[in-house]
Amino acid sequence: MSVLSSLQRRPEPSLQAAFALFALMALLPPVVVSLGDPFLIVVGTRMLVFAIAALSLDLILGYGALVSFGHAAYLGLGAYAVGVMMRWGIDDLILQILAALAVALPFAAVTGAISLRTRGIYFIMITLAFGQMAYFFFVSLSSLGGDDGMALDHRSTLLGAPVMASDAGLYYTTLVVLILTFVGLWTVTRSRFGRVLVGTRESALRMQAIGFRPLPYQLAAYLISAGTCAVAGVFLANQALYVSPAYMSWQRSGELIVMVILGGIGNLAGAIAGALVTIGLEEGLARFSDHWRLGFGLILVLVVLYSPGGVTGLIRRLTGRTGA
Amino acid sequence: MFRNLAHVGLLFASVSAAPLMAQAEPVKIGVLVTLSGPPAVLGEHARDGALLAAKALGNKVGGLDAEIIVVDAEGKPDVAAQKARELVEAQGADFVIGPIFSNVMGAIAGPVTSAGAFLLSPNAGPSTFAGKDCNENIFVVSYQNDQMPKVLAESMNKQGVANAFIMAPNYQAGKDSLNGFKQQFKGEVAGELYVPLGQLDFSAELAQVAATQPAAVYAFMPGGMGVNLVKQWAQAGLSNIPLMSAFTVDETTLPAEKDAALGMLTGSNWAPDLDAPGNAEFVKAFEDAYGRVPSLYAVGGYDAMMLIDSAVKTVGNTEDKAALRAALKAAEFQSLRGKFAFSSNHFPIQDFYLTKAVKRDDGVFQTSVVEKVFADYADAYVGECPMK
Amino acid sequence: MTSLFLLQLLNGAQFGILLFLVAAGLTLVFGIMDFINLAHGVLYMVGAYLMAMFAALTGSFWLGLALSLPATLALGLVLEVTVFRKLYDRPHLDQVLATFGLVLMLSEGVKILWGAAPLSVAMPEALSASIPLIGPMRYPVYRVAVIVAGLVVAAGLWWLIARTRAGMLLRAGASNRAMVSALGVDIGRLFLVVFAFGAMLAGFAGALVSPILSVDPGMGDQILILTFVVIVIGGVGSIRGAFVGALLVGIIDTVGRIFGPIWLKAIMDPAAAAQAGRTLAPMLVYLLMAAVLSWRPAGLFGKAVVK
Repeated sequence: MSVLSSLQRRPEPSLQAAFALFALMALLPPVVVSLGDPFLIVVGTRMLVFAIAALSLDLILGYGALVSFGHAAYLGLGAYAVGVMMRWGIDDLILQILAALAVALPFAAVTGAISLRTRGIYFIMITLAFGQMAYFFFVSLSSLGGDDGMALDHRSTLLGAPVMASDAGLYYTTLVVLILTFVGLWTVTRSRFGRVLVGTRESALRMQAIGFRPLPYQLAAYLISAGTCAVAGVFLANQALYVSPAYMSWQRSGELIVMVILGGIGNLAGAIAGALVTIGLEEGLARFSDHWRLGFGLILVLVVLYSPGGVTGLIRRLTGRTGA
Repeated sequence: MFRNLAHVGLLFASVSAAPLMAQAEPVKIGVLVTLSGPPAVLGEHARDGALLAAKALGNKVGGLDAEIIVVDAEGKPDVAAQKARELVEAQGADFVIGPIFSNVMGAIAGPVTSAGAFLLSPNAGPSTFAGKDCNENIFVVSYQNDQMPKVLAESMNKQGVANAFIMAPNYQAGKDSLNGFKQQFKGEVAGELYVPLGQLDFSAELAQVAATQPAAVYAFMPGGMGVNLVKQWAQAGLSNIPLMSAFTVDETTLPAEKDAALGMLTGSNWAPDLDAPGNAEFVKAFEDAYGRVPSLYAVGGYDAMMLIDSAVKTVGNTEDKAALRAALKAAEFQSLRGKFAFSSNHFPIQDFYLTKAVKRDDGVFQTSVVEKVFADYADAYVGECPMK
Repeated sequence: MTSLFLLQLLNGAQFGILLFLVAAGLTLVFGIMDFINLAHGVLYMVGAYLMAMFAALTGSFWLGLALSLPATLALGLVLEVTVFRKLYDRPHLDQVLATFGLVLMLSEGVKILWGAAPLSVAMPEALSASIPLIGPMRYPVYRVAVIVAGLVVAAGLWWLIARTRAGMLLRAGASNRAMVSALGVDIGRLFLVVFAFGAMLAGFAGALVSPILSVDPGMGDQILILTFVVIVIGGVGSIRGAFVGALLVGIIDTVGRIFGPIWLKAIMDPAAAAQAGRTLAPMLVYLLMAAVLSWRPAGLFGKAVVK
């Protein structure tokens, strides 16, 4: 079922929500410029980058019940691909994305094949282990700066044109990539492949009974997820103009998981919302107090206790009550 | 809580104390240091030193009102890069004091300087910024990272230490530290250990040292790792081997190490009892205001603020960047360390001392000067910097 | 060299027992209540901070230890009643999010109350000597005490779970909660006790290590990951697994990072061996876990997860 055909019927609420979010994000730059705070475009870009990463994680976490605690490694690999390519003088975005995939996909294939032999908490920990190995490897790599990282002095170009040189240019490019990612993952999850994945999540035993081997589907989903996250990493490197092993730490992986759960798992629009809300809260609360983490932690606990299903659960309850 | 009130108070004070004559924009100074996570105490010292200096100046720099914006780098380079951009682009900071850590420096150097602001580092002094990546808008007020290990190596040379066991955490700063040591040390390196970052238990490493029985040990173990090493050192029965360290025994870690660190030797460009003009008053004022002994991180913050004051005073405004740069380079301010000047690569030329951990009569621990090791010591990377 | 190797083996075992003390509480809670508690690391940290506070107030290590145990127990009870109780029937991911939020709150709370600088706890006089081993190498008496404490706790837990009625209820509750409840046992109270006890164990571990390790706001994070590695290697829910897993982790990590470069020199040139040794050292624990999970996907003593 494609997005277009979905739109021809009455669109699902999730699709409506996603496009509402995209419309909001498209309007953000002109709005903040008119409010006199153009710097918020930079913050917005960060939100979009993590929205792409959260979407990638939701595919396997929400639809496949595979909680990867090492997903930030792909974010870092994508960013390092940009760093290394720039050092070699290759600034083109498309080539950098291809390089990111060329690094991330083999790593995902190997680690995925090993990790998918386990389930539950064991899967979580083994993905953590691989993430940590990637982190320590890059920390020890002095030629790429080790943990001091690499600064980039300009952004990637698209087919020779410095489209992303301005903050607004980077913002809209990232937004386009986010929309494309969403459409792609939407198609995947609504396809036969996606249904097998969800079926495997519900009961691998039954899926095997009707003739599907879970492993190839899960591995394919894992690869798609890893590649998408690496693309997010490419844009993170551009947003910060800096590449560092810190992007791969387990704390970052944990933050990605928090974003997906906070938004509401198994719901692509939820993943986007989760990233926007998390970064929005982090940035917003920090302006009020140095001890913003106390408030942020409290909000997380309250959301779990009183709004199962995260932000999308909350919205569903609100719109349900108003009968929309 | 009190910090926030102090910041708000400073802001209001600086704004409400505006003189009646036509007033230019206040000088905006950002303080971008790591205030969260395990190494937060270092950022706190630097921030407190800078704020103390501002208070001593009556919340003005160079006679103009000052607005000081404190931002947490969170120890995350990409977050710090974004916050640095916000400071200089959205909030119009003319000067940024920061960072503490070398990896954050790499991330914020570009954003701060390309917006035309000046970056003054109260602590981080990586060799790349002293050499090929030196930048006319960056001034490092503290030291170059290699200099501390060289102080200890030279001390060992003077004492005729024949062989030394050296260790550091396995990250960039650790490798730089041991390389710096080896360049200066004339004896033999009996053993070299890199310890995984964040390691808790040093019993294995200490057993190695005990087995090797070197004449001395040099260690670079910052923060919590240093506290662990020092506490476990005496327990491992190694008190007969001198432990000479950098950034391991200082006023941020001594409150935790206490008696375990007594008598341990460190290299530093400052100590609370250093006989320099204004130093004793600074230490007393800091203790009165913040309830703890200042460290060299606090001195970095304080001197950075005083340097800004001297530059703005000379130029009279914050618009003439070329004049400000020259004034900053001239460094005509009274440093808490006594003599202070910049090399052509904008890193300091200063004296370095061997210091020792001591216990005061009131039971508080601090470092104390033992002897001067280097006078007017410049860093080794001046030649690599294109600026002359 | 052999004597050094044996000493490093002892160091590794001691570090492993330290890890076991922290991991025991976590594996109990996870195994019996099927609850992922990311806040276990901060409970360990709070135990250490409470110990530092009480030791400073009373001027005595032993009094500090005696006071910090009930304090951590009380904290565990409060957390269970206010937050955790509502999460037992929720999916694991909800538990992850809620406990993550608790980690943020408790870490920041500790920093607000005690500041960001590391704290110090004095070693008790009675245990501050060191005993000579071979040659110039000495071993601190306190660490021997830690080993003894760990072994006592391990034996005590085994006896509690395998030989007492309470332990039988715990094992039954882990297998089939509904049935145990139907048989008239108050499952809610059982879980409350288990959770509070697990929290107290974590706090006890924190208090015990406070004289030898730095008490700072980062200590919870560092130990959390290692603890999860230990219980996964051992198999979730198994005390025996936690013990074996902890010893394995401690020994492999210690011996591996000291002797790894030395052994590598036999097959590579010294500089490359040193570099390889340094790069692999922090990964050893994770390589061990990956190896164990490839061979036994549910850990050494864990039950296979059936879907």
